[in-house]
Amino acid sequence: MSVIIFTEIDNGALKKSSLEAVYYGAEVAKMKGTTATVLAIGTAAQDELSKAGNFGATKVLHANDARLATGNIQAYADVLASAVAQEGAEIVVLAKSSLGDAVAARAAGKLKASIVSNVTDLPNLSSGFKVTRSIYTGKAFATVELKGEKKIIAIKKNAVSVVESGNTANVEPFTPNLNDADFAVKVTGTHKASSSISLPEADLVVSAGRGLKGPENWAIVEDLANALGAATACSKPVSDLDWRPHHEHVGQTGIKVSPNLYIAAGISGAIQHLAGVNSSKVIVVINKDPEAPFFKAADYGIVGDVFDVLPRLTKAVKAL
Amino acid sequence: MKILVCVTSVPDTTAKISFTDGDTKFNKAGVTFITGPYDDYALSRAVELKEAHGGTVTVLNVGEADSEQVIRKCLAIGADDAIRVNCEPKDSYFTATQIATIAAQEKYDLILMGRESIDFNSGVVHGLVGEMLGIPSLSPVMKLEIDGTTAKMTREIEGGKEDIEASLPLVLGCQEPIAEWKIPNMRGIMTARTKPLKVVEPVGEDMTITEKYALPAPKGACKMIAAENAEELIALLKNEAKVL
Repeated sequence: MSVIIFTEIDNGALKKSSLEAVYYGAEVAKMKGTTATVLAIGTAAQDELSKAGNFGATKVLHANDARLATGNIQAYADVLASAVAQEGAEIVVLAKSSLGDAVAARAAGKLKASIVSNVTDLPNLSSGFKVTRSIYTGKAFATVELKGEKKIIAIKKNAVSVVESGNTANVEPFTPNLNDADFAVKVTGTHKASSSISLPEADLVVSAGRGLKGPENWAIVEDLANALGAATACSKPVSDLDWRPHHEHVGQTGIKVSPNLYIAAGISGAIQHLAGVNSSKVIVVINKDPEAPFFKAADYGIVGDVFDVLPRLTKAVKAL
Repeated sequence: MKILVCVTSVPDTTAKISFTDGDTKFNKAGVTFITGPYDDYALSRAVELKEAHGGTVTVLNVGEADSEQVIRKCLAIGADDAIRVNCEPKDSYFTATQIATIAAQEKYDLILMGRESIDFNSGVVHGLVGEMLGIPSLSPVMKLEIDGTTAKMTREIEGGKEDIEASLPLVLGCQEPIAEWKIPNMRGIMTARTKPLKVVEPVGEDMTITEKYALPAPKGACKMIAAENAEELIALLKNEAKVL
């Protein structure tokens, strides 16, 4: 009966977005009068996994098969479906991500589950099981009822305000049944920017556009990001020009972010860019053009030269 | 090679979103509908693969009659024929059921679609279709090369990308830069008018009910800080907005 939370492991620890999903799942479990069980797949130390208890989980199922080292979508979906069967779970919660979406989709197929993505709030159980989800790339919301006996909820960042309890969870090994067919897809290489902060997970983001005039000028963006502990991002033209990698492109056809703070430097704010950032809590816009449309979507604005303003902001952050 | 490309008919990315009938229906008045931008990448790659390896490209839309202008545009870009499942695409599971039902009859080598539709943004239909057909699904795919019956792909992951190899058949959710968007030429537009478009009725049931829509609360006024006092911003972010 418990609520299962599908989590992702990065560098031996549960991802931050996954811990938010654990808290969400634990809150749902409380509403349903049951407990929250975490499913963790991959290599991680027991003490790291037991930290899920701090976010409300009572138990962690740890599947650590060597074949599960890379994020294999079909195999992970099978592991998730076996965990749901073992626990007799009706509800699965996960944080939206490229792997999470893919695994949740296949699991929904296996379980014949109602699946709803981009959920922005805890469910309303007063009549049926209803959630609020973000639609039209952040331009609207919908209230959706999940009719299926099994339900899968993929949450958006900041769907819930996490309160840590200080508890720890019991970690149990979990041995799923895996099919050879699950491993038909081979990952032959992984290219990952090593030191940078993950953009979709970041609480603070410093983003820049064509106003920076060229990739050689990005040091002032990175300096501010480093001083803040923020991730860096960019507009579509910047990624199209290959000034920055595609995985930094924020917007309608790029990454959608919902950080606490989004600082946009030298980005005019085309509607397609706004679609990727409109669920940020606080937006700061720095642009030399006072007519830049982005100011209409901003909380704070500075009309000025980014080459003057950004280094001064970096200095002010360091002085905090 | 037989390729199926699933396309959505969605409001233009600059469309103003509003609702009618007590916030229970999307307001189509004055809204231009386009092929989903991610679906456009999938279609363009499919047409390139057909040009390189031969075969056919079929376009599939789960949608009502008003999505036919989007389907005709896909035919003008280079698809050979089209199928429309005559219904509102109610939710991910329902839409995937329609696609899987058609794909199970026709045995496509590749089923391509956008990584997500830009109206509901779920990004799960490709995975559901893969599971329903019992074949692998991958998304978001940003590079796709075909060598015989093997597909070599690059998939975007958080903070980077991974290279993947798999045998056909596959279901893929696509995104840039998998192909350059194609623009229909006059000859394409003329021939699209006579290409076959089959309309079929839906099967199966939806798994969710969308009860009501809402717009986000309007944003308050932007607080301007003079450039010469730029440092004040950091104090405001710390003490007023409390995000530092």
